[in-house]
Amino acid sequence: MPAVQETIDRVKAIDVDQYKYGFETILEVDKAPKGLSEDIIRFISAKKGEPSWMLDWRLDAYKRWQTMKEPNWARGSYDVIDYNDIYYYAAPKLNAAPKSLDEVDPEILKAYEKLGIPLREQEVLAGVEPANRVAVDAVFDSVSVATTFKKELAEAGVIFCSISEAIREHPELVRKYLGTVVPVTDNFFATLNAAVFTDGTFVYVPKGVRCPMELSTYFRINEKNTGQFERTLIIADEGSYVSYLEGCTAPQRDENQLHAAVVELIALDDAEIKYSTVQNWYPGDANGKGGIYNFVTKRGDCRGKNSIITWTQVETGSAITWKYPSCILRGDGSRGEFYSIAVSNGMQQVDSGTKMIHLGKNTTSRIISKGISAGRSENTYRGLVSAHRKASGARNFTNCDSLLIGDQCGAHTVPYIESKNASAVFEHEATTSKISEDQLFYCMQRGLDEEEATALIVNGFVKDVIQKLPMEFAVEAQKLIAISLEGSVG
Amino acid sequence: MAEVATLKTPAETALADLFARSKSLLPGDARSREDAFHRFAEKGLPHRRVEEWKYTDLRALMREIAPLAEKPSEAGVARALSVESVFAAAEPATIAFVDGHLATADAMPAGVTAVPLAVALAQGHPLLSKLGAVSDAEGNAAYALNAAFMTDGVVLHVTGAVDRRVALRFVTAGAQPVATATRVLVVVEPGAAISLLETHESPHGVAHQPNSVVEFVVGDRAKVAHVRLNANGDKALALSTLTAHLGGEVAFGSRNVVAGSAVSRHQVWMTFAGADSRGAVRGATMLSGDQHADTTLVVNHKATGCESRELFKHAIDGRGTGVFQGRINVARGAQKTDGQMMSAAVLLSEEGTMNNKPELEIFADDVQCAHGATCGELDDDLLFYLMARGLPRPEAEALLIESFLGEAVEEGLDDEVVGEALMGVVEAWLAARG
Repeated sequence: MPAVQETIDRVKAIDVDQYKYGFETILEVDKAPKGLSEDIIRFISAKKGEPSWMLDWRLDAYKRWQTMKEPNWARGSYDVIDYNDIYYYAAPKLNAAPKSLDEVDPEILKAYEKLGIPLREQEVLAGVEPANRVAVDAVFDSVSVATTFKKELAEAGVIFCSISEAIREHPELVRKYLGTVVPVTDNFFATLNAAVFTDGTFVYVPKGVRCPMELSTYFRINEKNTGQFERTLIIADEGSYVSYLEGCTAPQRDENQLHAAVVELIALDDAEIKYSTVQNWYPGDANGKGGIYNFVTKRGDCRGKNSIITWTQVETGSAITWKYPSCILRGDGSRGEFYSIAVSNGMQQVDSGTKMIHLGKNTTSRIISKGISAGRSENTYRGLVSAHRKASGARNFTNCDSLLIGDQCGAHTVPYIESKNASAVFEHEATTSKISEDQLFYCMQRGLDEEEATALIVNGFVKDVIQKLPMEFAVEAQKLIAISLEGSVG
Repeated sequence: MAEVATLKTPAETALADLFARSKSLLPGDARSREDAFHRFAEKGLPHRRVEEWKYTDLRALMREIAPLAEKPSEAGVARALSVESVFAAAEPATIAFVDGHLATADAMPAGVTAVPLAVALAQGHPLLSKLGAVSDAEGNAAYALNAAFMTDGVVLHVTGAVDRRVALRFVTAGAQPVATATRVLVVVEPGAAISLLETHESPHGVAHQPNSVVEFVVGDRAKVAHVRLNANGDKALALSTLTAHLGGEVAFGSRNVVAGSAVSRHQVWMTFAGADSRGAVRGATMLSGDQHADTTLVVNHKATGCESRELFKHAIDGRGTGVFQGRINVARGAQKTDGQMMSAAVLLSEEGTMNNKPELEIFADDVQCAHGATCGELDDDLLFYLMARGLPRPEAEALLIESFLGEAVEEGLDDEVVGEALMGVVEAWLAARG
């Protein structure tokens, strides 16, 4: 059956022509010349005051990138990207190193204010329960402009700073972990990122520490013709816990802009990382003009025993999204989770999903994915669940539903399920009609008719996903929470 | 021969040589064979980087190219057909092929006529225009090779309700590996009905390379029940393709039981071209040793109100590898489609592998599609239940495997004799498992 009216209205409310974050901030900008070359990479590295090992790492990546081909397996079509027609470095003109927010260009602060991102600690504090405080790293084009609550976090032993700063201040940690989850030559866009990444966030949570607040990074692309290449590295040492949020927006423009990020998560023994994203890059106009190409590589490594990595994503933006936040379940007893709601409107093309690679014993994973396509958009779930020979006792449950609104869009499901271990139990299902008969029976026993019972269970299910989002993002995602998946096609 | 230049591996070069040597000797128009070979040669033998062949790397699995089988002698035919067919109890009207050439044929029952493919090709039979009705298969390597090399087969024209089963028996004999390419075209006129059985047999220990294609073109309101058994020997490399082009209000069913071959790949393209039809495709695969079996299925819903049901079961023992790739495509405008695809696998040893890829591609909003895939070992609770009642473990396991596979083998078949014959194959496999 087709989607219900309520769902149609809610999706309409976030249609591409309703994009709220399309404003542009006029700033004096410090730019590298257009194009990509060794000189540009040297320029970026020098701007960041990087040690020579970092420059060598970048140059090596660049050499390898030149031998690689752009992938074409994903569903999606776009004009050929001219990698020499992009600015790889664009930074608002700042004082050498702003010591406080007072030194940051007020235009930037205004921009963040407009986006609703709190950069002033006292504002965050006012009227908000301390338990809900969020420390923010604000990345504007190629640089991090401010990081809040650093002092308080430092008292707990948590390192939370821009990756440029981490390369300078904590080289031993960066060298030990950078590129160990997403190797330099992992894929075309990750290799490009390794060569030219300009900023991003670094988090290290020491042994046994529960990070005292939510950490977050807010990415903003502002400058024309630039690409944003950020790199995030999060390490949760033994027994620690951290919840990290990521948000992103960009101005409304006719041109396409490239965003090729790499995110690496490392969870050691008994550690837990919760990574949440609300992706709201500019999606282009109703005719598919403009918008961000969001080609990112996100991967978590459950390196230690009983470690947990949870990815939660709400995807509404970008002209094209290729994004597969994955978990390598290496440690025995480790757990990976992926919760996703992807809504596509207009001419958007979303190709997203996850990979759960079971390597260790008794590893478990869960995938819940909801895709909603409207307008003339294409929404694809692409995922891999695999159990290697030694992954005895591995378990996976996957549920992916999709819903189409109108007859000009498309919904696709491309799951790969590979098992090399008899005791690994994998279940994959895709449709809301697959609600547990026990639950249905239970509800109907208590007087609900089948439709009511189904709605109750489905809504409970979607809430499950949203509850994984930290409070701050849950607000932004609220419009999506209520979207009913009645009429799912599987 | 420009196309030869694009081929690289020794096996591909051998195929090109084989084609150059044989094309003038094969029946019918050489032109369309050349076109088909060209389509193959453009891409060569598919390998793991070709998405549709990701799990079955034909370039790695097909290093040796066997020569095309010659027409067997009368004694050879008699020897090859001396073993009773699995479906003997169903008393079908049988057309038998030995080494890819027509060998013997019973008289066809009323409502169906049979013309040998070699004859049809040589004479330019008018029904041959219906070959390739499901055009999606055209670029496929196995299908293109079959089109280039097809030697014999049969054109079945079904014009009424046929009341006796028709069987096609393909036996590849001999102690030296040979390649065969057979093609069957079944044109079912509106309102007609047929039950067709198909078996493929070859001796153990010989690496024969049969490549078979069966194409159904089914008219409105017609009924087709098709059962296929792959009972090839343990060294065979068997490629097979089934295409079905369905009109409106058709009831079509096809099931494939894989009980043989070192490497097998069964491809199905089922296209709903008319409204309100039902199509069911099932498959059961039993693997042990180093066997590799691939089932690749594409269901195209192009018309409104059609229902498709796909069910595939794999029982994997030893170091066997099972592959299921299924895709349901729902075209824009194919509203009220109801598609369901299920793949279940049970791994019976520590070293088995199962690769599942159940895809959906949907462009219509008022449809219902579901797919499921499971993979695991036999349920411990069920085993315990049976063993607590006194069954020894091997028997308890056999019982569970039998009922697991049975759903895809005999359920919904509506033909007890054939169902029993197929379950006999399952039982024999379980007995050999020990």
